[in-house]
Amino acid sequence: MDHFPTNWGRPRNDGFDAYGTYPIAQRPYNGLGNDVFSEGVQRTQQPIVTGTSVLAIKYKDGVMMSADNLASYGSLARFKDIQRLHPVGTNTIIGAGGDMSDFQYIQALLDDLMVEEFTEGDGDGHALGPGEIHEYLSQVMYARRSKMDPLWNSLIVGGVKDGKRFLSYVDLLGTTYSASTLATGYGSYIAQPLLRKAVEGNEDNITEEEAVKILEQSMKVLFYRDARSLNKYQIAKITSDGVAISESRSVDTQWSFADGIRGYGAQTQ
Amino acid sequence: MPDMVTLSYPSPSSKPQQRQFNPYSENGGTILAISGADFSVIAGDTRQSEGYSIQTRYAPKVFRLTDNAVLAVNGFAADGNMFVKQVRQRLEWYRHAHAKDMPLRAIARLIQTMLYARRFFPYYVYNILGGIEEDGSGAVYSFDPVGSYERESCRAAGAAQSLVQPFLDNQIYFKNQVALPGHPHPQHLPLLTVIQLVIDSFTSATERHIEVGDGLEMFIVLAKGSPLYGVENIAGVQEMTVTNEGERIFVVRRNLKRD
Amino acid sequence: MFRNTYDSDNTVFSPQGRLHQVEYALEAVKQGSAAVGLRSKTHSILLALKRSTGELASYQQKMFRIDDHVGIAIAGLTSDARVLSNFMRQQAMSSKMAFNRPVPVNRLVSAIADKAQVNTQEYGRRPYGVGFLVIGQDQSGPHLYEFSPSGNSYEYYAMSIGARSQSAKTYLEKHYESFADCSLEDLIKHGLHALRETLQQDKDLNVNNTSIGIVGAPSVHEKTTNVSFRILEGETIQPFLDTMVPKDAPAAAPAPPASTDEDVQMAE
Repeated sequence: MDHFPTNWGRPRNDGFDAYGTYPIAQRPYNGLGNDVFSEGVQRTQQPIVTGTSVLAIKYKDGVMMSADNLASYGSLARFKDIQRLHPVGTNTIIGAGGDMSDFQYIQALLDDLMVEEFTEGDGDGHALGPGEIHEYLSQVMYARRSKMDPLWNSLIVGGVKDGKRFLSYVDLLGTTYSASTLATGYGSYIAQPLLRKAVEGNEDNITEEEAVKILEQSMKVLFYRDARSLNKYQIAKITSDGVAISESRSVDTQWSFADGIRGYGAQTQ
Repeated sequence: MPDMVTLSYPSPSSKPQQRQFNPYSENGGTILAISGADFSVIAGDTRQSEGYSIQTRYAPKVFRLTDNAVLAVNGFAADGNMFVKQVRQRLEWYRHAHAKDMPLRAIARLIQTMLYARRFFPYYVYNILGGIEEDGSGAVYSFDPVGSYERESCRAAGAAQSLVQPFLDNQIYFKNQVALPGHPHPQHLPLLTVIQLVIDSFTSATERHIEVGDGLEMFIVLAKGSPLYGVENIAGVQEMTVTNEGERIFVVRRNLKRD
Repeated sequence: MFRNTYDSDNTVFSPQGRLHQVEYALEAVKQGSAAVGLRSKTHSILLALKRSTGELASYQQKMFRIDDHVGIAIAGLTSDARVLSNFMRQQAMSSKMAFNRPVPVNRLVSAIADKAQVNTQEYGRRPYGVGFLVIGQDQSGPHLYEFSPSGNSYEYYAMSIGARSQSAKTYLEKHYESFADCSLEDLIKHGLHALRETLQQDKDLNVNNTSIGIVGAPSVHEKTTNVSFRILEGETIQPFLDTMVPKDAPAAAPAPPASTDEDVQMAE
């Protein structure tokens, strides 16, 4: 859909023959297919306000996840205080890239689910863990893609349940996978190799401090290279003690090298 | 009076727009199954990828359905996982109704029906079903995404199909091999030979195809009352059988190169 | 023939505050042959007595598998049981589909109890004429529940339903404290002893009229490594019948006379 009201035109064509002076066949046509509302219900979309990468790793005590606070409108850095990490229940966090309004819908969906779960179960010892949340989300995402009406997101679900770490991915196609390091969007190209190098085969030894360092380093690299990223991000950890999402933070960056590089800073020529 | 020039039907350029959402993806990997006289081997690598990215090094593509049926699924991973889930539910209803597992040839027909039911929005998935028939013979069924199927003795599918199938044609069907006089080609190969062929197929495919690698998962189904043929001595073998009365299932996991 | 003015419609209370249709439904459960359930720290089991209409006929089905981790034994109308067990199977499947988790047993029982309750309150419906013993194993261990057509459900250490089930209950009440630490074999032995109490004087348990349902690790008498719910019938239960102590001494309290072959009597 065209989102610029100035392009919407008028509801009726000026050429409308108000007095019916022409034979029907020659009347000005103003019917279907001529205005911007002609598509009727719009199902397929493109993401509008978007979040960029989410990163997540397993470490000794659980799972750690990070995402920056930016929601972009195309290339415009539109909203700079958006939280893209969302707790679900007591031991799960989901992180989202992609369309932020779809993500808000998913948050509402999961909040409803938790309320329903509470009224039905109410502490019977069968609370939904990260595995169940991920399965549910996959079903929702796959069902929507099958209706050709996708929720335009890449989601990472992480958590700890019964002492077991869980980390899994699902996206707008319903594609799922799990691994000890995950990254969505640009992060899957830029950060994932760094994360794998630091974490693969080392999941049981990485301390909390080390895990934070690994994610900070990756977020910094992403900020240097991903034009849709922001140097303001949050880190969430999920351990057997529950979930904790940090305040927004930033990393120190160094841009002096950019001075002489054409295409980076302000150019004099 | 408005100008007559504006009184016209919409120009061809205002036709409905092409929808841009593509509900499919392709997640690489390869699967393979070979049947013998009284066994069946079903294998797949465990890499899942999209384009040049490895999404994960361990995503199973081969699934135990019953004690005598194993299904390998390759193509679009989301469709594949959903399809396996649905097949399993159908098998569960069969168990409720008949108090026994569905026989292999019935599972094969079930799969064809389920695939064809989605003829106009297909599961983008190639299936290979392996197991033991009711007569005790090893069997492999292969399917295309909309349900065409046939029983064969061996089949490869997926990213490295074009690398593996010709090798199998040569080694299993003895294509382009001339038998020595008085020494005809064997009708069925022994289990350990087949296992070696499967392992070789995957190490070779890993060398030459970027979407194949990381791990190999190989299921071995033995007919009721069949000897073990030395399966128990394979390093890291694990039995998956649930009941002690009929066919037996084993799984072997191997590492493949990760580059 | 109606026994009283207030029993033709289940939505109307009697002046004594009773719902007669619901009570008749509970009576239908008592007409069915007995089922017994027991629970230890590691296992839940069901035992049921199967009836046959005669030498030429097969025996009825008293147990249903719901999922790998849940099974039921029934007393009452088998056809109603099939409707409810089908519903339970659907619940179990949708739990697997939506959350990839075996449905928690307590929630499954609550679901059918809620369903049964609706039938005790809405016009034009009738209560289910069947009671269940539900066993299952989930994250919180083995369980045993009773479900009844009134819409009630309770969890038990041991329970019996059906014809002459009071005799079995008496046995269970006497021994239940030892069940928690029982081996599977001993638990089944207790179950068989309890079930035997529901038999008429001249009858005995045999491989044809007894069903055993188990969740938990297999017994030494079973040819399986399976820990999920399974129903043992026919020759496979002979080793368990052999463990029973013969009932020579008439130590057991005489069973109250039950008129199993006659129609419902709602006297008073």
